[in-house]
Order: sequence, then C-alpha cells, then structure tokens
Amino acid sequence: MILAALAARQVAVDIAYLVAASLFILGLRGLASPRSARRGNLTAAVGMVIAIAASLVGEHPSAGVVELAVAAVVVGAVIGAVSARRVRMTAMPQMVAAFNGVGGGAASTVAIVSVLATRGGGATLASVASVLSVAIGAISFAGSAIAFAKLQELMTGRPITYTAQQVVNALLLLAVIGGMVAVAVGPTDRVALGVLVAAAVVLGVAFVLPIGGADMPVVISLLNAFTGLAVAATGFVVHSTVVIIGGTLVGASGTLLTKLMSDAMGRSLANVLFAAVGSAPKGAGGAEGIPEGATVRSGTADDIGTMLAYASKVVIVPGYGLAVAQAQHTVRDLVRALEGRGVEVSFGIHPVAGRMPGHMNVLLAEADIPYEQLHDLEQANDEFRTTDVVLVVGANDVVNPAARTQSSSPIYGMPILNVDEAKTVVFLKRSMRPGFAGVDNPLFYNPKTVMLFGDAKASLAALVAAVKAA
Amino acid sequence: MTAGELNDLTVLVLGAFIGFEVISRVPTILHTPLMSGSNAIHGIILAGALGILFGAHGALEVTLGVLAVVLATINVVGGFVVTDRMLEMFKGRRSQQ
Repeated sequence: MILAALAARQVAVDIAYLVAASLFILGLRGLASPRSARRGNLTAAVGMVIAIAASLVGEHPSAGVVELAVAAVVVGAVIGAVSARRVRMTAMPQMVAAFNGVGGGAASTVAIVSVLATRGGGATLASVASVLSVAIGAISFAGSAIAFAKLQELMTGRPITYTAQQVVNALLLLAVIGGMVAVAVGPTDRVALGVLVAAAVVLGVAFVLPIGGADMPVVISLLNAFTGLAVAATGFVVHSTVVIIGGTLVGASGTLLTKLMSDAMGRSLANVLFAAVGSAPKGAGGAEGIPEGATVRSGTADDIGTMLAYASKVVIVPGYGLAVAQAQHTVRDLVRALEGRGVEVSFGIHPVAGRMPGHMNVLLAEADIPYEQLHDLEQANDEFRTTDVVLVVGANDVVNPAARTQSSSPIYGMPILNVDEAKTVVFLKRSMRPGFAGVDNPLFYNPKTVMLFGDAKASLAALVAAVKAA
Repeated sequence: MTAGELNDLTVLVLGAFIGFEVISRVPTILHTPLMSGSNAIHGIILAGALGILFGAHGALEVTLGVLAVVLATINVVGGFVVTDRMLEMFKGRRSQQ
C-alpha cells in the first residue's frame, strides 16, 4: 500500500519533470524569434517553477533545515530580483556574467557536497560527473567574476599578458585534471578536493585575464555553456533528469551561440581565446597605414548640425560610446528632428556593437526607435555609397578600414561597416583614444572625416539644437 | 553501467541535439536576451541544491548547501527577471505601431 503510493508519487514527479523539460525547450525556441521571445522567457520560467516544486516532493529534510532553505531562497530571490531590476541596460553584459558565475558556483558547490557525502567508492559514472562539475563550475565561477570585474571597470578591460602565459595555463589545466583523477578514484580526501577547487578557480582567472573587453561577450557565452555542462554533470550526481536536461540544453545552445558570435567577429574561437588582441598597442600614434603628418579635422556642432539638416540620407552607427553616455534617448530626438526636415535616417548596427551582440538593439528599442530603422551589417553596407553623412557615435573598431586592408592589424578580417564609402563621415568621440582593440583608425585622418569631440550625449544634444535651428 | 545511468546518458545526448537545433538560426538582434534566458535555465541547479541541503550532515555540508541554494536562486530569479526586462522593450515598440 505504502509502496504503491510512493510509486504513484514518483510517476507524478516524473510527469512534472517531463512537462518542465518541454517548457524549457519551448521557451528556448521562443527566444529565437523577436515576436515570441518574451513569451518564451516566461514559458521557461513556468517550467522552472514546476521543476523545482516537483523536486521538493519526496524530500525528507532533517529538522531545522527547511527554515534554512526557505531563508536561503528568500535571500537569493531578493538579491537576484533587486539587482535584475536595478541594473542599467548598458550594464547588461556584466549582469549576465554575474548571474552565470553564481550558477557555476552553485553547480560546483552541489558537487563538492556530494563528494564530501559519498566517502569514496571508486570511479563510477557519478564520481566522474561530480569531479567534472566541481572543476567546470569553479572555472565558470572564477572566469565570470573576472569578466564582471573587467566590464564593470573594477580592473583594466585590456588583455593582461605575461611571459610563458600559455605554459602556465597548460600547467594549471594539468593540475585540474590531476586533481579530478585523484578525487574521482581515491577515497574521499578533503585535501585533494581542496586542491582541485583551488586549481580550477585559479585556472578560471588565468583563462580570462588575457582576453580583452571587446571579446568578453564571446567569453561570457562560452562560460554560460560551461555552467550548463557543469549543471548537466551535477544532474548525474543528484540523479535528476530535469537537471541533466536543463544543463545540457544550455551547454549545447551556449556552445553554438559562442560559435555564432565569434563568426560575427570574423574570428575563430581559438583566436578569441588565445590571441590576446590589443595587448601590445603600437608605439604612440605610430599606427601603420596613417600617412606621416596626417591631421585630424574637427568641427563644431553647429556646422555638423547644418550639414545633417541639409543631407538627404543619414546613417547613424552607434557603438559602446553611445551606451556609456546613456545617449539612446538623445539619439532618438536627433532622428525625430532630422525626419521632421525630411531627411531619411537609418541605423547601421554591427553585430558586435555595444558590448554584446544585440546589445545595441536592446538599447535603441528602449528609446522607441522602430525595428525597421535598425539595419544589420550587410543591409547597411549596401547603403553607404548613397549616404550623405554617416554619424559614428562612440564606435571605432567596427568601422575601421584597417580590418579590410592591413593584414598585420589585430582586427584584420573582421567584417566591418564600410562607412568610408559615404560622402562624409562624422565621428562623435571623447578623445583620440583608440577603441577596445587598441588600434588606431586611419579613417580619422581621412579628408572626408570630421571629428566632434566630447561626451556623446552632450554632442548629440548640441546636434539636435543645431538641426532645429538650421 | 546501470540501466538508470544509461537512461541519464540517453537524456544527455538527446538534450544536446535539441539544444543545438532550437537555437541554430537566431538573429543577432536576440543574442543578448538568448544568452541571458538560457543562463536562467541552468538555474535548475536550484533543484539539486535544495536536495543537497535537505540531505546535508554536519556543519560544513549544511553551510555549503545553504550557499548553493542562495547562489542558484540568484541565478534563477535574476536571470528570468533581467531577460524579461530586456524583452519588454521590444514589445513596447511593437504595440505602439
């Protein structure tokens, strides 16, 4: 009788897991199209609630632990919800890195506890899975923490390199593998486990240090896939199908997303991870491809505003500078002012504009700029030849013609927006400081280029006023 | 290998194929929300974290269990909320048109 009741309950739990897993898949599918994306996210969230509720059925918590668990969930939920509500749209990449890092930390911690609890027993599937989860989760946690620190500018966003870095990283990897073997096959040894965790954390840090800010989105996506794998491995340890499915879905989709992103930058994943782009900036001002004695022409907001007002076609190329200045609403005002005068305005958006693919689209959507006006790389490149003025707002690397012409440039081969084909190019920049890739831009010295120095928001506001006055 | 373990491996392999399939043709415009949304899904580790905490013996295991539950809950709640905030903006524009 009791057995039958237990069996029935287990069937109910399994059905709930099946429903939850289906909702995860439907949710991910929904996220792949703009029309269904929000519903997709909510679908996955409903699946999550069902899965967690089902996993609680059949648990027999020891005394006092339930209160602890409730308190831990409340604390976590408050931290998660408050930071998610408060974060500015521009800080989204580091927020995603942070949430990914805590997920990796959780997977690693769960596996650590299960290793501590099993008191040895040889290399079974579960023990192999648990050491994998301990290591990958800890790498993801530490790597995400460094990614967060770089993007939040708690430390330099530039690649940090030193002699024999690859050798050190290889040794760390060997240490992690050695630790995994020792913990998986030996009797439970807290020292070996501690060494494994420490080595994995150091490897996570060492792995992300040499990667520059512009490549960070790819790394965050890769770490997201890592966390997925760590979670899937933990699913084997805690014998939970739904945890395996959730982790595997993210591991696989995250791996593919990482590849799509590095393709968008025209680079291989290996190049992103191991090339340390921009670590060795060329000598002061001595970038190649820039003629000796070339000068930079700067203009006033009034002149440029007049030029924009009398143009027939203007393309705006937004970059991270626009995001930092929170200027997405001011750029909308400029668009409206120009359209009021009959100027045709569109946006040319590079796949990696902003700090994450698609990040710029999110920011412009926030400012109510219609989707039809946001053109992708290929679409925009078809238009520049017939464009009067291109307004580049805080972007640098994604319009750098050196990517087409200088085989020695670190960004050589990256698909760029061919803004140099337009009649006039206006750069809104704070200073002559190079962008994330740390390379100078020959286009600054082109006779058809005008620079407008200053904060992007202030410059755009001045342009709005100048267009209205023209 | 037990039958249960073989089942788990089957689930792993099928899950990997589905993961590749469902996002193989995502437009760049959605890469950030997709990364953030899939990020929230691996918060399912919360189910494992709660199980570990409920079965914990001794101060060390309980402490680590509580830590895992807090971290996993941040991952789940923060991930879904932040993704919804991003996608809400896309929706606002459409309803205006």
